[in-house]
Amino acid sequence: MTDLLRIDDEFTHEQQLIRDTVRAFVDDQVAPHISEWFESGVFPSRELAPALGELGLLGMHLEGYGCAGLDATSYGIACRELEAGDSGLRSFVSVQGSLAMFPIWKYGSEEQKTTWLPRLASGEAIGCFGLTEPDQGSDPGAMRTYAKQEASGDWVLNGAKMWITNGSVADVAVVWAGTEGGIRGFVVPTDTPGFSAVEMHRKLSLRASVTSSLYLDDVRLPADAVLPHVSGLKGPLSCLTEARFGILWGVTGAARSCLSAAIDYAKTRVQFDRPIGAFQLTQEKLAWMAVATEQAGLTALHLGRLKDTGRLTPQQVSFGKLANVRAALDIARQARTILGANGITLEYPVIRHMNNLESVLTYEGTQEIHLLTLGRALTGLDAFR
Amino acid sequence: MEHARPARAPLGDGARRGERQARVNTGGRRLTMKSGINIVVCVKQVPDTATVRKLRAEDSTIDREDPNSSGVLNELDEYAIEEGLRLKEAHGGEVTILTMGPAKAAETIRKALAMGTDKAVHLMDPALHGSDAVQTSYAMAQTLKKIGFDLVILGSESTDARTGLLAAMLAERLGVPQLSLANKVVVDGSAISIHRVTDYGYDRVESSLPAVVSVVEKTNEPRYPRLKEIMAAKKKPVTTFGIADVEIDPGRIGLAGAYTEVAEFAVAPPRAAGVVVKDEGDGGVKVADFLTSKKFI
Ligand SMILES: Cc1cc2nc3c(=O)[nH]c(=O)nc-3n(C[C@H](O)[C@H](O)[C@H](O)COP(=O)(O)OP(=O)(O)OC[C@H]3O[C@@H](n4cnc5c(N)ncnc54)[C@H](O)[C@@H]3O)c2cc1C
Repeated sequence: MTDLLRIDDEFTHEQQLIRDTVRAFVDDQVAPHISEWFESGVFPSRELAPALGELGLLGMHLEGYGCAGLDATSYGIACRELEAGDSGLRSFVSVQGSLAMFPIWKYGSEEQKTTWLPRLASGEAIGCFGLTEPDQGSDPGAMRTYAKQEASGDWVLNGAKMWITNGSVADVAVVWAGTEGGIRGFVVPTDTPGFSAVEMHRKLSLRASVTSSLYLDDVRLPADAVLPHVSGLKGPLSCLTEARFGILWGVTGAARSCLSAAIDYAKTRVQFDRPIGAFQLTQEKLAWMAVATEQAGLTALHLGRLKDTGRLTPQQVSFGKLANVRAALDIARQARTILGANGITLEYPVIRHMNNLESVLTYEGTQEIHLLTLGRALTGLDAFR
Repeated sequence: MEHARPARAPLGDGARRGERQARVNTGGRRLTMKSGINIVVCVKQVPDTATVRKLRAEDSTIDREDPNSSGVLNELDEYAIEEGLRLKEAHGGEVTILTMGPAKAAETIRKALAMGTDKAVHLMDPALHGSDAVQTSYAMAQTLKKIGFDLVILGSESTDARTGLLAAMLAERLGVPQLSLANKVVVDGSAISIHRVTDYGYDRVESSLPAVVSVVEKTNEPRYPRLKEIMAAKKKPVTTFGIADVEIDPGRIGLAGAYTEVAEFAVAPPRAAGVVVKDEGDGGVKVADFLTSKKFI
């Protein structure tokens, strides 16, 4: 029993059903295999995407074009249950729905929407989001990837993107590039000549997730490949706000998974003739972990309600991403100590979550960047540069 | 492998069946196979098997309104729903959920609707409280007569009472054939056939529609409710009937007149520690002796 505050009782009946459904899917289809995938560094994207699509998890918070049209809180709950399985699974769904589908849905032409959204929603096609570059991470505005428009109207893209989730399995990439008129987004079919993607290896975090480098070498696209309805950095940043909302919910699932693994272990592991859970030091750890898990859950629920009523600001999303990822990582580390040596094996979910959360701490705005965002909101002073 | 047996006439003789069928169809409803099958799936809300189940001290019935105990859709009914949906997908028609239970059972109806069924009927009346299997089958049969059906599908049993009687009793009361414990269901026009697994292979049982079928776990793999269907479920029609609406005689239902009575109940004792057989070359003999002592061999 980890839900001390009974936060889930606040969910509507539909939201509880969504929770149960996604949890059952993860328990049946992912949990039995995840440590194996993590250990061998694979994510079976092609097999899982149609199953996720069938359930309606891909682009679940978007309306129309085959998407489920869920409210924001439901979207968050689904992310929580996915990430209780693995952050890699939630990352796949976040990238597909919030980073690849969302910009097409929000800023795309009707033709871009009808070409891509139904296929991405069903999982027949996979998408990725290319913003980060080898030399530009926290400061994407300084990106070097450039799109030049020729007299014919065609665009020609050159540059490289790095750390791109789903990159080498994607059918379509939403690539952000500088142009004469500022940063623009491009819908790039990955079979376009000049486009290549190479999977990155030797990661010790998010191992059950595909991360790739993208190379754009004179990639020629028709004039209508650009996302017509946005220009400037607010395009990619608005996508990140969508995805971060999923993260601030998602990590509460990873935290819960660590906490319940630690409780189970503490109740059954006997040392000095007693279950280690009977020692006050262990109970103190568990109590703080539960407090932190529930506080993160309350933050997520509150932000979900703000989003559902159209009041959520990017600063508040920064607050949630910062606070909840930090909390989940601390919980994972505490849980690991309770499991002793078993805490470092893949027999238990804990170190997998712990290592995964190191990526989650960095991607979609590092902890430092979110601290600067909150610092600016509090002081009105910009400390970014 | 199909066992070489003559196809059985499943229940009663044809003439009797025809006569009973006529009674079922007195509502003027005819089999409407051209426009698909009118399927009714009976489902029940049961206490979650993962939680501690409590009986009420005053009348030894399950506390079905306890807000702290989570009621869930009887797991075995999910196979019945899935079978109904597959038959509908193959032949067209409609899948209606029928449940009898208190207001809280509405949650279970939503889940059943979220799996993709079309509408639901909720038989709910304080007078039904404490009804046993015989009385429940009467109440459900009255409701089924009122709403009409080509095919009634049930799970093999409910995980709380575990009598496994309802399908047979319903078929009897409705005067239609019962095809029990199916692990495969095929509808062809107005004929239905099932496979029932046996020790020697399987039986194939055939009848005409309307009919009552109960399905076992091996029949199919129930689908997860799709998120879109979960959202759509709240807009699907749910009709609530009290006993008067479906002409249920209050004297034939309820705890007072139940044919069975819970005389006593107790919490199951914790499982005794197992016996560990140490293999010193004679492990096999020891295991066999143990099994013999427990009358397993
Ligand atoms: C597994 C994984 C998947 C990813 N998936 C994607 C994806 O799908 N698409 C995509 O576009 N990107 C993706 N990323 C990239 C991710 O968003 C970046 O790694 C992140 O934005 C940080 O950039 P960086 O790694 O270049 O770090 P840097 O920006 O170089 O930062 C290094 C350190 O310096 C700190 N720092 C930087 N600027 C400041 C400052 N002004 N003040 C104080 N401290 C500062 C940072 O906080 C950090 O601690 C992914 C990353 C990972 C690890």
